[in-house]
Amino acid sequence: MNSQQVHSSPHTPPQNSVTRLMLAVVFAMLPGCMTYVYFFGWGLVINIVLAIFVALATEAGMLRLRQRPVMPFLTDGSAVVTAMLLALALPTLAPWWLTIVGVTFAIVIAKHLYGGLGYNPFNPAMVGYAVLLIAFPREMTAWLPAEIHHMGFMDSLRYTLFETLPAGTTFDTLTAATPLDTVKTELGLDHTLDEIFTSHAGLFGGVAGRGWEWINLMFMLGGLVLIYMKVINWRIPLALLGTLFIIATLFALPAPDIRPSPWFHLFGGAAMLGAFFIATDPVTAATTPRGQLIYGAGIGILIYVIRTWGGYPDAVAFAVLLMNMATPTIDYYTQPRVFGHEED
Amino acid sequence: MKRRLWHFHGGLHLPEHKQASMTKPVVAAALPDEIILPMQQHIGSPAEPVVKVGEHVLKGQRVAKASEYVSAPVHASTSGEVIAIEERGVPHPSGLPLLSIVIKPDGKDEWTELKPVPDYAQLDPSALRNVIRDAGIVGLGGAGFPSFIKLNPGPDNAVDTLILNGAECEPYITCDAMLMQERPRDIIDGLLIMKHALRARHCIIAIEDNKKVALTLLKNSLQEHEAEFLKIVSIPTIYPSGGEKQLIRILTGKEVPSHGLPIDIGVVCHNVATAAAICKVINEGKPLVERYITVTGETLDQPRNLKVRIGTPCIDLLNACGWREDQTDEVLMGGPMMGFGIPALDMPTVKTSNCLLARPKDQPHQQPAMPCIRCGQCAAVCPAQLLPQQMYWYARARDFDKIQAYNLFDCIECGCCAYVCPSRIPLVQYYRFAKTEIWAKERDKEKADHARQRHEFRLQRLERKKKEDEERRRRKKELLKKTQPKPDSEADIKQAAIQAAMDRVKAKRATQKQQKKNIENLNEKQQQAIEAVEKRRQRLRNAGADNEENP
Repeated sequence: MNSQQVHSSPHTPPQNSVTRLMLAVVFAMLPGCMTYVYFFGWGLVINIVLAIFVALATEAGMLRLRQRPVMPFLTDGSAVVTAMLLALALPTLAPWWLTIVGVTFAIVIAKHLYGGLGYNPFNPAMVGYAVLLIAFPREMTAWLPAEIHHMGFMDSLRYTLFETLPAGTTFDTLTAATPLDTVKTELGLDHTLDEIFTSHAGLFGGVAGRGWEWINLMFMLGGLVLIYMKVINWRIPLALLGTLFIIATLFALPAPDIRPSPWFHLFGGAAMLGAFFIATDPVTAATTPRGQLIYGAGIGILIYVIRTWGGYPDAVAFAVLLMNMATPTIDYYTQPRVFGHEED
Repeated sequence: MKRRLWHFHGGLHLPEHKQASMTKPVVAAALPDEIILPMQQHIGSPAEPVVKVGEHVLKGQRVAKASEYVSAPVHASTSGEVIAIEERGVPHPSGLPLLSIVIKPDGKDEWTELKPVPDYAQLDPSALRNVIRDAGIVGLGGAGFPSFIKLNPGPDNAVDTLILNGAECEPYITCDAMLMQERPRDIIDGLLIMKHALRARHCIIAIEDNKKVALTLLKNSLQEHEAEFLKIVSIPTIYPSGGEKQLIRILTGKEVPSHGLPIDIGVVCHNVATAAAICKVINEGKPLVERYITVTGETLDQPRNLKVRIGTPCIDLLNACGWREDQTDEVLMGGPMMGFGIPALDMPTVKTSNCLLARPKDQPHQQPAMPCIRCGQCAAVCPAQLLPQQMYWYARARDFDKIQAYNLFDCIECGCCAYVCPSRIPLVQYYRFAKTEIWAKERDKEKADHARQRHEFRLQRLERKKKEDEERRRRKKELLKKTQPKPDSEADIKQAAIQAAMDRVKAKRATQKQQKKNIENLNEKQQQAIEAVEKRRQRLRNAGADNEENP
């Protein structure tokens, strides 16, 4: 018996771990990822694998440079989550250097230069995405339309590595803008939504972008599982999606010709991924109960504002980064009433 | 009729591990070779020994008296010889040794003369409190606050509800559950005595709903008329429902104000074991010399509850339950959530010891802590509605002002936050550290304030003395300077009178001198007579001067 050491209570075996949380997030993303692969091909798998590899390598390198223990942090799973989120934000056909630049920036600058796990004020994956979107707008906005299956695994891999396309195709014939992007551009040309949906029939499905609506649904299911497992709580997703829904409804009702429906906003882009997997990143999100509602609602409003009046078709990344900035302030002003204290 | 219950924020459903120690009835632990009675087994100032080494004491005899109001006497838990009064290690988180009376049992376990109270209802509450104080009764739930003080509501407070806490929410611990099963009537009788002392209107015995047997047995021992004012309430099993503030919230929906006491909202809360002990004092005259202790854990062959003489070394109890030392990582006093490791097992059990828990080798502290990822799971389970993640941040940064702004002192150290923390941060340890640092700082500040005050007083004193001296000198000078006395004050009139008298004397002397000039033509006889007179006068004058010098 080791009687000399006296430890502080509680004396219970560990119930939880960062690794467990991160792995749960990874698994909850899988249904959405698989649906993604079904509609857009193998490019995502290649991007994810490459991103994870680069993330772990840079993570290990930075831990070594910062003289931190490598194994506990390398196995915490946070780098894997960052890599997957960034890979999901990339276009399906992404050259290798795009992924490497984005992931390296996310891990080295957005995460470790701020102090590593737990200390980064901004969501690393979203920082990486924002950098890529600003630096390489052409590569970042050329997406495959859903259900183009003549890009097999080898074709995708060949593109990623050498940027060569299958014979008889060109980059421009293969790719198109995303449904959100299309709607934004066409609305800018004074077309009505009906005209847009007719002229780009292949892009749209039941309520939102073709394929996208199913991917969003799957991410939502994965997110609900995370809430059920208490890995994340319901406040941020509900506030985010609820606000987005309400504000989209308010604007769509009087002007249904030029304002897409709330369903289009919720299921057309990255709203579900953002609500359940990005905005809920504990390190960068608000942490008080009321603060989480404000934080989620803020992201919801910003998504709608940027999508509708801003310069980018999807806005999850910028909305999240903007609210990351507000997190300390939100937390400060939303401290819960402590037991036995009067309400302020 | 189902009583309405309230919720408190957070809390945990913990694996109970209670069944293991509840399968066997409670038996008395064997008489040990040595009984060690620390002088402080309670909150307050230590007791003072009233026996000497070599003295023979009887079971139940007072061996130490309460030193102050907040203090409790200590009684011998068996008969025998006092073989030492010295500092011994005691199981306390501080790990500091305490003055203890060591008794070598004579094996007869012979009681001293017992004086039961025949009819407590005839007794004035204050007299009743004195009996309870003299019996050394302290809160047996864990804190060990002298019970008679908590039975004194004070002149300005009315007690609406007296709550007996039988929640026993910590895993593994079952001593209260066993007590409720085996001595339900004692608990109710004790409660009635407490009710009399407090003049309480309502009484509630609260039991977590995982203790069905205890609940039924208690209800069965309730007499018809008692059911009007005494309710036995089953509460949901959620840790820490047995925390005083949490339990009051569950039962009444009211919150004890921060830095306040339950009596502020008309509630008093005692432990069931305390009630049983008070029953023994009044009905049998027996002071607090024994209690139920749960001896349990994965590395015991026969986990069970024992009736233990207070002062029995921990190791004797462990051995009585088939302890496997080689598989044990550490032995805790108390439960896994709030207990503390016992540094040496020859330390005695004390009045507040409710459980000995032997832990196998799978401790959380063997895992390295990761950085806080601010997931907020700690805040979600905190029964005090604190933000543990923020407090941790400021404790680490040693920002003690900020951590108090986050209400550190409302933390009850229940351990829920550390239990759920995915980063395995020993959060409670950080809060204890911060509290200790703040207390130390306050003591230092008090000392510094005191020293500064003394210094300032000294400076003031010196300053005053200087001023007074100056004033005195100034007055003297003025007095000397004053040639024309102005009779506008009593002193001046006096001065003027003196001056006038002196002037008269001067004038007289002048005339005398003048008269002397007229005695030039005297005869020899006259001359001699004058000289003789002058000499005498001179002598007298000298003597007068001597007298003035040596009065």
